[in-house]
Amino acid sequence: MITIPPTVRRQSRGQEFGSVFTAYSAVSGKYLKNADKEWYRQRLTRSMFCIMAAFTLLIARLFYLQIVEGEEYRRLSESNCIRLRSIDAPRGLIFDCNGNLLADNRPSFDLSIIVKDAENLEDTLEKLSQYTGISSELFKARIKAGKGLPSYKPIILEEDIGREMLAVIEVHKFDLPGVSVDVRLRRQYIHRESAAHITGYLGEVSPEELKSGKYEGCRVGDFIGKFGIEKSAEFFLRGTRGGQQVEVNARGQVVRVLKTVDAFSGHNIYLTIDQALQRKAESLIEGIAAAVVAMNPDTGDILAMASSPSFDPNSFVNGLSGKEWRSLINNPLRPMENKAIQGEYPPASTYKIVTAIAGLEEGVIDENTSVFCPGHYEYGDRTFRCWKKTGHGSVNVVKALAESCDVFFYQVGQKLGVDRLARYAKACGLGTPTGVMLDHEGGGLIPTSAWKKHALGVPWQGGETLSVAIGQGYNLATPLQMAMLTAAVANGGTLYRPRILKAVETAEGSTAYQDDPALKPQAVGKLPCSKKTLELIRKGLWEVVNGQRGTARIARADGVKISGKTGTAQVISRKGNDSRRKKEDIHHHKPHAWFVAYAESKKGSKNSRIAVSVIVEHGEHGSGTAAPIARDLIKYFMGIEDPELQPERVAGNLQTVYQENAHGE
Amino acid sequence: MSERNFVQNFDWGLIGLTFTLAAMGMVTLYSAVNAEGESFQKILVVKQLVWYCVGTAIMTVSLLFNYKSFDRWASAIYWICMIQLTAVLFVGKYVAGSRRWLALGPISVQPSELAKIAVIVMLARYYAKMVNPKGLGWRDLFYPFMITGIPFALIVRQPDLGTAMLILLIAASVTLFVKIEIRSLTYLTLAGLMSAPLLWFCLKGYQKQRILTFLDPDRDPLGAGYHIIQSKIAIGSGMLSGKGLLKGTQNALSFLPEQHTDFIFSVMSEEMGFVGSLSVILVFLMLIVWGLNIAYGCRDPFGTILSVGVTAMIFWQAFINIGMVMGLMPVVGVPLPFISYGGSSVMTMMTCIAILMNVSMRRFTIE
Repeated sequence: MITIPPTVRRQSRGQEFGSVFTAYSAVSGKYLKNADKEWYRQRLTRSMFCIMAAFTLLIARLFYLQIVEGEEYRRLSESNCIRLRSIDAPRGLIFDCNGNLLADNRPSFDLSIIVKDAENLEDTLEKLSQYTGISSELFKARIKAGKGLPSYKPIILEEDIGREMLAVIEVHKFDLPGVSVDVRLRRQYIHRESAAHITGYLGEVSPEELKSGKYEGCRVGDFIGKFGIEKSAEFFLRGTRGGQQVEVNARGQVVRVLKTVDAFSGHNIYLTIDQALQRKAESLIEGIAAAVVAMNPDTGDILAMASSPSFDPNSFVNGLSGKEWRSLINNPLRPMENKAIQGEYPPASTYKIVTAIAGLEEGVIDENTSVFCPGHYEYGDRTFRCWKKTGHGSVNVVKALAESCDVFFYQVGQKLGVDRLARYAKACGLGTPTGVMLDHEGGGLIPTSAWKKHALGVPWQGGETLSVAIGQGYNLATPLQMAMLTAAVANGGTLYRPRILKAVETAEGSTAYQDDPALKPQAVGKLPCSKKTLELIRKGLWEVVNGQRGTARIARADGVKISGKTGTAQVISRKGNDSRRKKEDIHHHKPHAWFVAYAESKKGSKNSRIAVSVIVEHGEHGSGTAAPIARDLIKYFMGIEDPELQPERVAGNLQTVYQENAHGE
Repeated sequence: MSERNFVQNFDWGLIGLTFTLAAMGMVTLYSAVNAEGESFQKILVVKQLVWYCVGTAIMTVSLLFNYKSFDRWASAIYWICMIQLTAVLFVGKYVAGSRRWLALGPISVQPSELAKIAVIVMLARYYAKMVNPKGLGWRDLFYPFMITGIPFALIVRQPDLGTAMLILLIAASVTLFVKIEIRSLTYLTLAGLMSAPLLWFCLKGYQKQRILTFLDPDRDPLGAGYHIIQSKIAIGSGMLSGKGLLKGTQNALSFLPEQHTDFIFSVMSEEMGFVGSLSVILVFLMLIVWGLNIAYGCRDPFGTILSVGVTAMIFWQAFINIGMVMGLMPVVGVPLPFISYGGSSVMTMMTCIAILMNVSMRRFTIE
């Protein structure tokens, strides 16, 4: 056995490099006979020099840190005095299309404690409880929940304390070692329930979201957009966090800032929404389960998108209690759902626009085709009824649209067949999400025979085609899809992707991402029909409102040309004999009321156009409940009524707007 | 060769030094994972022990094969490794901004670890044929350049700048060991110095930023810069004799990042002081000298160069890691051999020891 260690130790003192090889060769000398040996020895000796130099450097540095500067570092370690403080980046602001502020950040104060710095924890908490009037048990529970965190990290005792409490704590600051008040920015939704489904809200990032890699730079406890534009524009809105290296004294107070990395604010965004119109839309559907979408037909810009009932996104800022959350979730009117995009309803008679287009384009009818409506239609051994029991008599396509004659469209549907009809419906933008920049958008459903076979495993029945032709049966569409389709009818046939995000600007106010196609109006298709067909459809829709027997004469308004289509969507009765539900059933059997419309008027100097889609859940008749809502919204948009409620056209002085709104509620 | 000789030649010194380091590491690891609020990590000590047992078992089995057969397998191992490195860029597990791990069935491997050894074996095979007292000319260096360049480029893409640099350093060490003609060396150095600024201008903004932060941790005062300050405080506060096991406050208060992997030396220094840390450094030095001694004792060029390469790898990792935690080096994710926690680090290091042992035990064989 070769005993190397003593030799090695001699090496480490830096004496006689290479002696290890001499010592070694003395034991096993025969291998020096190899001719290369001497050369290798020389190379290895050189390597040894380098290694020795490197290790000398390490040892010298170690000596310097631990022996020369040891005293100083020991002191630093005992007070743990160098800490990191995070600087949060302000989130971008949200404005409407006229520069009215919808969401901003307000400074708020969190009461926290650093356990390590509190001299006598029990005593400090007791005092704190006296000053604040909050039970010390609550504080203790918070501290207990924070166990496991390093003791130099602050634990939040009370979030978002008021200014009075802040003042009290500042006064008694020296009585409360380790207690501190941290300023934090909190999101504030200025108009509360208004446009809540569009702005959405923030929530704490979940462990799964952190793991997904989509939220780079986020950490536990950060708030991210969870719903609405807050979520879909997260990329623009979130800034970049900064931080500071600080030196603190034994009481945990900052003595010196060593280094600072600045935080960068997120970008501000401008929505296509007009806050005033949005308010109007919301006031029109207050207290009922309904949704309204208003769109600029020439760009696809969503001017208003209201869904009622709504919720207050401010209540999410500090986290909801379980009870509050349950009451929101269990509310039968579904306030958390944006019915304009998440609500999928049978389009009912509004779908007759599609059936008419398909019929005319496929040549199964023309403008003169006349059908006699006796109030019902026999198909096989079944009788399909028209909504008007006495019948419409002889109808052509324009009259059929105007009076919403079911029998006419049963026949058109029967001649077309379900699959041909579906092709047209899909080309009109139905059956798939519109691609609006909001989450959870429903795609609706356009049934085909293949779909039914696949989904339900049964072949298509001829009679079902008749239901589909009048927008019942399996058909489903969202109010936004219908608005998009109506806008296309209004603008001459171009389907625009509904746009909600209008522009992005940096915190300093310069425009950003102006070349991003996602921010521009985008034509995604054309209505599958000729100019002539479209004119017939438009004529039909004009008659709906303005004709002698139109179904929506109620929607007539002076000074503005409104065209539209009513719809009354049958609700499939719920099964089950839940006694609690029985009472609600009477209400739930009532059909949903639809009205889609577009209008044109001289507004100021230029022509102004708008497309509107309204649904009122269980509103019975489109003509009775939905049409007046659309009419009033259009009138408001055109500036025909409510002169005292003119849209706020304030650009620039946002502070004023904010205050007015804060007081106005 | 006779079986008696083979067993007699078992290198007890090498294994002794290895296990000394492993034991020191285990003690520190026990202390590091006992940090406040991290008691759930105690299992890591057991896992580390298991890795060492597995490593030792594999090493024992590998001793049955002559290291000369590596020569034959070199290409296959190398290219399999390159395929893995390519695959990891596409299907690798995404952890903290980079793709380094490849899931192979139930276990995850870091192909970059194997790449280090694969490059050493390939270079040793090539240089064993080329070595001559005058040194290699620049034309001879084309092949080694490719062998090193491919994994280097792939690992930079992950991105894992630390491991990529490590491969470069190991390859450079081995190449300098077999000697480059003085004229070629001069030209190469000049070419390298001239192309560096050119390369710099080709880099994108964020890439430059990454390299600058790598070289100067102070540019990232909330991340690497802060870690180094805390690490220096931990080491310095250990003073001569340390605060005692389990008494390190920097460690206990989680001021140190990665205290059981990359920053384990700081924990050691805080708790065992100058005496303890110096001992660890000296054991590393002994192990490296032992490795070079094995290289010297080996009679065939392949074995010698292989040993030098493996020793260079241990040296560089130890030097870079200890230098880093003391604020002498860029902050890179290079673990401290034998001491840092981690299956792939332990397995790589045990492979190195297995190679050295193999060479050491077969130095007397006569073919």
